[in-house]
Parts: sequence; C-alpha cells; structure tokens
Amino acid sequence: MSESTTTETSENGFQPPDALQPVLTGLRENFEDAIREVGGHRGEVVVELERERLVEVCTWLRDHPAARFRLLASITGIDYLNYDDRPERLCADYNLYSFDHNIRLRLKVRVTVEDPHIPSVTGVWPGANFPEREAYDFFGIRFDGHPNLVRILMPEDWKGYPQRKDYPLGGVDVGYIGAHIPPPDTRRYKGGWTST
Amino acid sequence: MQSGSGLDKLPGGILVTTVEKLANWARKGSLWPATFGLACCAIEMMATGAGRYDLARFGMEVFRASPRQADLMIVSGRVSQKMAPVLRTIYDQMPEPKWVISMGVCATSGGMFNNYAIVQGVDQIVPVDMYVPGCPPRPEMLIDGILRLHEKIVKGEPRSKLVLEEAGT
Amino acid sequence: MSEVETPEVERPTSELVDEVVVRPGEAHDLPPAHAAEQVSVSERRVQQVVAMGGGDWAEVTARAAAEGQDDVMIINMGPQHPSTHGVLRLVVELKGEEVINLTPVVGYLHTGIEKSTEYRTWVQGVTFVTRMDYLAPIFNETAYCLAVEKLVGIEAPPRAQALRVLMMELNRISSHLVWLATTGLELGALSVMLYGFREREEILDILEDVTGLRMNHAWVRPAGVSQDLPDGTEDKIRAFVRDMRSKADEYETLLTNNPIWLERTKGIGHLSQDELIGLGVTGPMLRAAGLDHDLRKAQPYCGYEQYEFDVPTATGSDVYARYQVRLAEMRESLRIVEQVLDSMPDGPVMSTDPKIGWPAKLALGPDGLGNSPAHVQHIMGESMEALIHHFKQVTEGIKVPKGEVYVPVESPRGELGYHVVSDGGNLPYRVHVRDPSFMNLQTGTPMAIGLLVADVIAAMSSIDPVLGGVDR
Repeated sequence: MSESTTTETSENGFQPPDALQPVLTGLRENFEDAIREVGGHRGEVVVELERERLVEVCTWLRDHPAARFRLLASITGIDYLNYDDRPERLCADYNLYSFDHNIRLRLKVRVTVEDPHIPSVTGVWPGANFPEREAYDFFGIRFDGHPNLVRILMPEDWKGYPQRKDYPLGGVDVGYIGAHIPPPDTRRYKGGWTST
Repeated sequence: MQSGSGLDKLPGGILVTTVEKLANWARKGSLWPATFGLACCAIEMMATGAGRYDLARFGMEVFRASPRQADLMIVSGRVSQKMAPVLRTIYDQMPEPKWVISMGVCATSGGMFNNYAIVQGVDQIVPVDMYVPGCPPRPEMLIDGILRLHEKIVKGEPRSKLVLEEAGT
Repeated sequence: MSEVETPEVERPTSELVDEVVVRPGEAHDLPPAHAAEQVSVSERRVQQVVAMGGGDWAEVTARAAAEGQDDVMIINMGPQHPSTHGVLRLVVELKGEEVINLTPVVGYLHTGIEKSTEYRTWVQGVTFVTRMDYLAPIFNETAYCLAVEKLVGIEAPPRAQALRVLMMELNRISSHLVWLATTGLELGALSVMLYGFREREEILDILEDVTGLRMNHAWVRPAGVSQDLPDGTEDKIRAFVRDMRSKADEYETLLTNNPIWLERTKGIGHLSQDELIGLGVTGPMLRAAGLDHDLRKAQPYCGYEQYEFDVPTATGSDVYARYQVRLAEMRESLRIVEQVLDSMPDGPVMSTDPKIGWPAKLALGPDGLGNSPAHVQHIMGESMEALIHHFKQVTEGIKVPKGEVYVPVESPRGELGYHVVSDGGNLPYRVHVRDPSFMNLQTGTPMAIGLLVADVIAAMSSIDPVLGGVDR
C-alpha cells in the first residue's frame, strides 16, 4: 500500500481518462480564465473553478455535445480547515454525470469564511435546490440566486453551521454511575495516536 | 377476591373484584399504540405488528393515527432536536391514562449518536414507563417490553414512580 | 437518589413556543393534564407548551394572506402522519381538494451522522453509515467501503465481492418489499402490507444467519466482509429464491390488473424524463420514465459485469409504471442471486494485508461469537508482529492516504454516492453521502400540483423516500 499518493495535479503528470479529454479541451478553450486547476485522484477528474463564471461553465457542461453532463449527482460542502494552507476554507464540490458519454466530473469552488458567496446553479439544474440548502445549512455557504435559501435539515432558528470543523460535536457525558466517559470529540484517540 | 363483609354470603363461583382492577385489566388488554415510528426501530415495530410477530394477539394491532385515540406511544427511533417539540405535542394530545415505551437505545439514551442533533434520551421530554434497549430491538424484545408494561398496568403502579420519589411528593 | 447529573438539554427557542417552568409545590394555572404532579418536575426540566408551527408554516400562511387568496386552505401533513414514509412533513396548499403547492419539510430525523464519522475510525464509520438508509443498510456499507478501498488503492478479495453482491441483491428485494407493503397500506391494500412483511421476514432470517443482525448489520468492512457464509445458508437462499418467484407472481395477480389499483396509480404523479433528470432523480423513478440507466450496468462495481440481468424500464412515468419497474427489479435480483450462488469463488473474505484487513477471525464459541481460538493462539503465542497489528488495527484503525473520491452504487432508490475525503490519518476527514431519497424528494412539488389530496399520498409514496437517508 503506498502512503505517498497525494492528489495528482496538472503539475505532476496527471493523465485524465480519454473520454474526458474533449471536455477538458473545450473547458480550457472557452473558460481559460475561470479554471484554477485541473487535477484528479484514483482516476477521477477534478476541475477547480473560480466562482465568477460558475454558471456559464455549468451551462456549457450541460449543453455541449461532447460533455452533456445532465445529471447533477450531488453538491458536497467541505471545510478544509488544517487540510492545506489555502485561506479559502469552505468548498462546494459539484459531482456531475453524463448519461450520453458515461463520464463523471467534479467541479470545485473554494471560498473564504468571510465572503462565502457562490452563484447558485439552480437555473442550470433545478435539482440543485436541496443540496445547496444543505451546504448553506451546514457550512454557511451563501448561494446567490437560490430561490429559497433557508435551512433544510437543522431547525430554522439554529445558530451556527454544524459541519464546520470549529463547531463542536456537542455530545454529553455518557451518564454511567461511578464512571466518567467524556463525549466523543474530547476522547483520547483524536489527536492522541493519529497524525491529524 | 372479596371486598366487603356482605359479600361473604354470596354463592361461590362469582368473581368479585374492585373496579380499578377490572379497568386495568381492560386497559392492558386493548392498549392502542399511536404511530410514532421515526427511524430503523419503526421498521422493526412494523415487523412486530405484521404477520410473524403478531401484536394483534395482545390487542394492539390497531395503530391509531390520531393520538387522541391512542393509549400508548412507542417512541421508536432517534429523536432529533427538530422533532422534540412535535413529540411533546403528540404526547400532550393523548388522553389519560397513557404510557410511553422508549424503543431502542436512541430513544432511551441517545444511542450511538452522542452529538448536537439528537436528544439524549426521550425521557428528557416525556416520562417513560418502559425502556427497551437494542439497536434495533428484535420484535421478541419489543414484545417482552410490552408484556412487562402490561404487568405494570395490571398492578396499577403509579406512573413515573421514580420521578415522583425524586421530587419528594 | 443517584449522583448522576441530568444534562441540560439545549433546545433552540422559537418565537411560537411558550416556556413554562413549574417547580414542585408551586401554584400554577396549567390545565390538569399538564399538572406538575404528573410529569417530570425535576428543577432542571422545562415544561413547554408548544404551538405546532415553524418557519415554513408562518411563511406559507403569510404568503397566502398577502396574495389575497382567501379560498386557499393550508394543510399540514406530518411529521407524524400514518401516510408518510417516516417523519416527512408536507405543507400542502389546497384550493378545494386540488393541490396548488406542496412544500416538503425535512430534517426531523437529522442525526449528524456525517459529522459523527469524523470522530470515529474508518472501520467504525461503517456502523454509522449503515443507519442512514435503514431499509438498505448493506448498500450504505458497501458504498462506503468501496470509497475507502478506492482511497487506499486496494480491492477486496473476489469472494468478498461476490458475497457483497449477494447480500446487496437480497437487500434490494427486501427494500422493494417494504415499499410495496407501505404503498399498499397507504393506498388501502392492507393485505399487501402483510404479504410484503411476511416475505421480508424470510430475507431477514437469511441476513441474520450471515451477518448476525436483522438490520443495521455492520457486516461489510473496508477490504472485505467480516464473516463468511455459515453452512446451510446456500440451501436456505435457494429455497427462498424459489419461494419468492411464486410470491412475486402472487403480487402481480393481486395488483397488476386490479381495477382499484389501476384507478389509484395510473396517470398519477407524471413527470417527463427531462424533468426528472433536471431534478437529479435516479433509480426506479427514472427507469419508469424510459431511461435504462443503471449503475450496475453503466459503471459496474463488485463484479457486477459477470452477471447476466436486464434493467427493467417502463414508459408511463407514473405511480403504476414505478410499481411495475420495482416488481420487475425484484425478479431480476432473484436471477442475480442465483448466478452469484452458482459462481461463488473460494478464498478469503477479508484482505490478508495486515495493515488493512480486519485482523479478527471470528468463530462461534460456547459463549457466543468472538475471536476464534486459533487466532488468539496465533497472536498471543506465535507472532508478536501479528499481535501488534491486531492491537493497532482494532484500536487505532487503518491509515488511509490523503485524497478524495466519489463512489456511487445503485441502491434500491437510485444513485447512492459517497464523497469521502481523507487527510492521511486514521479518522475520516469528511464523509458526505449523496442520498437518492434526498434528491428524489424534490419531485414532490412538481408531481403534486394539480393532484387531489389522496393522489398526493400515492405520488409521495412512489418516490420511496427513506427519511433516514434524506436527513442523515
């Protein structure tokens, strides 16, 4: 098992699968200024974008015959606190799938906590409605242009964004009589035996 | 059972009992649950009510949709913070006498989910008469809990006895 | 009493809630049913009189009032309601009996599973994810383990892959049976409810034999499965397959040409294929619209490419078409189960790499299931290294290299995807689940507009939402 595999990027010789070559070529031709990085890991292709032209890129990806990414599989919010050195902590990942070419692509948009605005893609894929609400609910990413950006899984008046790394897990002491078992986020092995 | 001197003269073979005991026997014989299935335990509760582990033999096959017609609330599943007020509303809508079974470890104590989202035990919100552990409890375990509750009802134990003692009343 | 402190429960306050704190012995003017003597009165506990409200309700009523729609009735269905699949709340705006808008409100089962996985090891994560979509737990476990294996860069042994397929297909049948049972119950076909659960008990018997539990198994682990098939299971499964074929015929006889069933399901909840794709819908709903997309064929995993099966589709894209697709899928799953049993390879069921594979070899002893005596002998008596590996594996867990992957599988409801991020440690960094029911629920609003209330029930149940997956 190799311990050294990190995310492959265009710098260290990343080779995307053939089926995705026309997509990447097209993206580079039309949206060169919007693409920040093209990379991948374990055969998957990830394109990191700047947020300004996100809707245009998504529309192109949905409609262009070589791409036809008609299915927005999911929008994943990630909080990259302490993961790498970049100031943009919050990230929204768009996992796309194309029925016609049977290919998958991931788009990444990273924003800071101070300015967490990303344009909404509900105009491109109406199914982005719930996932964007979920990313807002748990990470505080504001999707501009969303028809109804309110909390979806937490109660409406909840304060805080629970899945951020600086939000506590919030458990209670397990109430055994005569024993003290602390809540999971304060237990030993987190930060004890691991490298993180 | 005889309850008064005048009854000594009754001919043998007549069952005499107090009204309360009769009422308790009737209550436990036809304890109607309110549908309060939340998560995985709800599926096991439905399986308990289905063909193999038949709850109808205990008089409980009608899961009343309206809490106003139910005696028993089986809280089956994890209770999230958003669901807690709803749970209390349903409990309040049930007429007395009513009982609560907390089915599964999530309802009993928060289960494996010791975090911001789950109420750590439904007894934070409603008084519980029977705790059935398991994740999820087998239908036989749920039936065991129900039968023990029946015993409690027949004996006519006051509800939430432990809490009343704690409160000093 | 005891020394244990009752923990404070912090609940968010809402302006619609009246908080009343009553201490023992205090005078109060609450109605008798809420009298302090009858409910818990410890000083830390707060008694609340709660109005059944919430942001969405207030918003909807305000909007209706503002638009001057006096003849619009706003009905709240749920979250506790006999006709919703779990704690789903529907705020329905009605003009007479016809629906003009429907707002699904979810989150009543939110458990914080995704955040909880960040505080447990990779193998312990299996026990969390299995409780999300609780009708199809093996799919959750398999997808998670496939994602972890992809990050690590290994594949589970072939026998483990075949066993995963076997259990997944049996789970698919049991999930569709629950769908059939609850849909039948909601539409009034009560005997279908009992038949569905009767068949499901047979499958749960098999699952219990193999994994040890009826539900929430934690059986599929990264790099394999935890236990092999016990003796006699294969015959049991074959007998079940024979039995299930005739039972599936029974359901068809009862429902497929039944005039009541047809009246209640044909033409209800129609959505075109493009609308469904735009909403991110996958699974039987999409196949009932004519698109034969199935991840088991398009992007096979766990060795699905070696098995021969069809992907059933229908063209009606209504509740009846979805029923037909699910029933046909049950039959296809039976075919796959037979093929898996016929072609089951031999070998280990867990990777033998000591840094990844779960070390314990379990065996049934006089006091239950535990480490087999041979394994205990090996780690205690024979090999120090094996003891160290066992210890580190069980306590610290496996170390997964840095990276992120997205692995989808075809669950009974659609594409179940796991987006897993690792930072190189022994705890997951981020596990996000793309649950099919979460995306499919977005079809509730477009389907319901124009329907009558009873048809809304049929349409919502044809989505087959499992709120554990929606809310996670």
